[in-house]
Amino acid sequence: MKKLNRRSVLKGVLGGAGIGVALPFLDMFLNNNGRALAATGQRIPVRFGTWVWGCGFVPERWVPSSTGADYALPPDLEVLAPHKKDIAIFSGYDVKLDGVANKPHITGCLGLRTGIPVPNESVRAPTIDVIIGDAISPGTRFSSIEVSTSGIDRSYSFRAAGSANPSEVSPIKLYQRIFGEGFQDPNAATFTPDPHTMVRQSVLSAVAEDRQRLMRTVGAEDRRRLEEYFTSIRHLEDQLALQLQPPARVENFTKPDAPPTTTMDSEIGNVMVTHKLMAGLLAKALQCNQTKVVNVLLWDTTSNVRRAGSSTTHHTLTHEEPVNPALGYQENVGWFAGQSMVAYKDFLDALAAIPEGDGTLLDNCLIFAHSDCSIAKAHAVEGIPMIVAGRAGGRVRTGFHLAGRADPATRVGLTLQQAMGLQVAKWGVQSMETNRTITELLV
Amino acid sequence: MSNMSGQIRKPSAARNTLGRLAACAVLSMPLMGSVAVAQETSPTEPQSAGGPPEVRRLTESQYRATVADIFGPDMPIVGRFEHGLRAEGLLAVGTSQAGISTFSFEQYDASARGIAAEVVSEKRRDQLVPCKPHAENSFDAACAKQFVEHYGPILFRRPLTGEEIKRYVRTAQAAQQRLGNFYQGLQFALAGMLVSPDFLVRIEQVVPDPKHKGQFRLDPYAKATRLSYFLTNSTPDAELLRAAGAGELDTDAGLAHQADRLIASPHFERAVRAFFEDMLEFDTFNELAKDPVIYPAFNSTVALDAQEQTLRTIVADLVTQPGDYRDLFTTRDTYLTRALGAVYRLPVATRNGWEKSQYPANSGREGILTNISFLAFYSHPGRSSSTLRGKAIRQVFLCQQIPDPPNNVDFSVVQDSSNTKMPTARIRLEAHRTSPACAGCHRLMDPLGLTMENFDGVGTFRAQENGAPIDASGTLDGHEFQGGDGLGQAIHDSPQTPRCLVDKMYRSASGRKATPDERAYVDYLNQTFKADGYRVPDLMRAIAVSRSFYAISMPSVSANTLQHAAVHTSNGDRS
Repeated sequence: MKKLNRRSVLKGVLGGAGIGVALPFLDMFLNNNGRALAATGQRIPVRFGTWVWGCGFVPERWVPSSTGADYALPPDLEVLAPHKKDIAIFSGYDVKLDGVANKPHITGCLGLRTGIPVPNESVRAPTIDVIIGDAISPGTRFSSIEVSTSGIDRSYSFRAAGSANPSEVSPIKLYQRIFGEGFQDPNAATFTPDPHTMVRQSVLSAVAEDRQRLMRTVGAEDRRRLEEYFTSIRHLEDQLALQLQPPARVENFTKPDAPPTTTMDSEIGNVMVTHKLMAGLLAKALQCNQTKVVNVLLWDTTSNVRRAGSSTTHHTLTHEEPVNPALGYQENVGWFAGQSMVAYKDFLDALAAIPEGDGTLLDNCLIFAHSDCSIAKAHAVEGIPMIVAGRAGGRVRTGFHLAGRADPATRVGLTLQQAMGLQVAKWGVQSMETNRTITELLV
Repeated sequence: MSNMSGQIRKPSAARNTLGRLAACAVLSMPLMGSVAVAQETSPTEPQSAGGPPEVRRLTESQYRATVADIFGPDMPIVGRFEHGLRAEGLLAVGTSQAGISTFSFEQYDASARGIAAEVVSEKRRDQLVPCKPHAENSFDAACAKQFVEHYGPILFRRPLTGEEIKRYVRTAQAAQQRLGNFYQGLQFALAGMLVSPDFLVRIEQVVPDPKHKGQFRLDPYAKATRLSYFLTNSTPDAELLRAAGAGELDTDAGLAHQADRLIASPHFERAVRAFFEDMLEFDTFNELAKDPVIYPAFNSTVALDAQEQTLRTIVADLVTQPGDYRDLFTTRDTYLTRALGAVYRLPVATRNGWEKSQYPANSGREGILTNISFLAFYSHPGRSSSTLRGKAIRQVFLCQQIPDPPNNVDFSVVQDSSNTKMPTARIRLEAHRTSPACAGCHRLMDPLGLTMENFDGVGTFRAQENGAPIDASGTLDGHEFQGGDGLGQAIHDSPQTPRCLVDKMYRSASGRKATPDERAYVDYLNQTFKADGYRVPDLMRAIAVSRSFYAISMPSVSANTLQHAAVHTSNGDRS
């Protein structure tokens, strides 16, 4: 990945009176494997997303009875029928604990995202979205955007323990962050760089001069924390550098209107509305290259979601609802699990609604959806359901169901990294370590 | 906790074996099990090794208080704050471990630019800019320097080096040249200081200890900062910085003088509030949602007022009086608003605002555990939770850890599916307590939590649940009692209650859990707390004037690097 030489770019801008400097700016940030837009000749970047739903699934309603391309959609996946060709279903892949205590709803989720099971939220490696983001995000305005749509600020995107990337919970605040101050409409008729932006850059450069001095005076762990601070400064400097450049035109893009005021809580009707609004905003943000990585938490791994007037939350139901003897599973839990797939369809719809190149935005995305457990009432981390969606700009093949047969879930994560262009041969530790690419997924 | 040392920072053996109750079979108080019987004479402070220098992010409340103290209480803060990291039960400890994410930095930057623009605005510049430039459209180096020298030390909590002053003056000049206006130059220099790590993070510096060769001690400004954030939740004021510069904090008398001055100041109350907001985990209170169909009286006003009610009670009991900490769990004195009255079903004459009030005698309501802020917070959106309440009492007020539930429990076993008619929580939870896998921990949580079952999911009194009478009897460590008032008395009487407060207060002050080497010191604090009648200001003073609170133990690994840095520091060259 080429690294932007911000200062050299800036010199050009400042030396050239700041206006109308034509640099091959966007190309510097595009992944070399991206497809070209017919109209402009620019390559289309490939974006990555994770989409997490809590409390697993009901296997008999979710796992297709056959594998391969010609599988029949089971009841909870039926809603995804319009996207059947866009998705690959992964069942039967495990998080291997190797004796690590299974913290309910945490160990499975983070084990799957980092390749290393942990007994708490102290991750021992970055989550997969951060690993991929570090490779594809430099030069993008936001290195990633996280949202949580059930009214609580929770996130499973970690650079290191203690540093979760916090989620936006309000559609309006999400809108303001992306399309408010600092947003440049890529299709605006004129471009005038703001001199304040240049000043802000020089301020941040001055602040960053302290780095060496500070690093000398603190211990190793604190050095890591301060390094994160200076990385954050650099991200903001990069954002400002972008604002000094005329943005590349984006086909079919219009700036969205601000979302309406909504109730942000855990009532499932409100959650579905909030999620749909945020999905639309994230799709627009991806379309106009404000970020290349998004992380969605539909509802938490200990799901606080509930139906209006009900005294019991989704998570509580997984523990307390008796199995319906006629059905053989917990009926209400099953209802919530089904709703998670309805929401997932909304998310895919939002991406597929945006035309891009000769396809849609979804074709140029790689979306990794997963839960934290398989059967919630047992907190089982064996067979955690996963879905991969999008074509990653033609690098990924979808439209099938694959049974993992107790393979480590890291096989999927490894393959996703490889699909996103990372040079990585193996991923995970101990029983989770794997070098076995899922070749079915790669073109 | 700063992390200079693997040995110190890594969980100690004591923490691993004692801190976590693997099987819930034994309850223990890490580091506090050996409290001696109170001595007749006042206890003396033992020697203590201390910990490594701290690197702590300002909390949201510290950031707000600091900005208010420096620029005025009406200074707007436009950025948002991400959730703090909670470690060892406290955000104050999380500040020693948290990094600063890209999102956070964006938000700090937005706040910084907002504050800086306000400071130089026409409305405020007469008051907040210490000099007037010759002309607004040219650069006045002397005035810029004066501005940087004015705000630099109070923002960075230490004098600036010559190089730092030059750098921020240069920043002002560059901005003035590009934007044309002198005040805009100042604005961007200030914005830079406000996003500097020296402002956002308390990075402690050490100097060689003149009394003990080869050892280090905090530099006086780091000492002033520890003291100030502990006793005022904010930045050192001018007098404290002066005392630090004059070396007065290195004498017992000088330190005591400053500590007493800060405890007597109105800002001390802010520190007590901040500590209890943190201990009571109010940072997530605003995420609390209740089902409006089941609990129509609960709304966002109730949520805000409920926190304030408890904090007012704490301040009145602990700071204003100042009374016995344990009385918080038995007092009927309280404060009410109309919104709260609707949930408590108590009349509130005052239409807008707060009214000093009392819970009626024999109403079952006594102490802060029977407040909405506890009862509603530790409940589900649509019902009460004896388990959450019992767990919170153990963890928040008694410093006892309850492990996560076992991951391999099949909950359909504990819930008899052929008998879904389980009207009361006690009956439902009986199942947990008779299943061997669950019983260990639920025996610790449920008997406490069930005594509060007379209060529903928002805290309103009820005699029955689903038509069945509620049995609110319970036990704490062998003592039997009835209902919320009985529980309050039991917590009041438990020897663990004050010890837990001491433990958390020291964690909050130091940003870390006490080390095994500090056991004698923690014992000493417990004795002092008891001897002083469990008065919280006295406990805080005891910590603030103790040598142990400032003691530094440097790991040998990085001593060379630090010695190098310290030499530079003592020569006045920090960069």
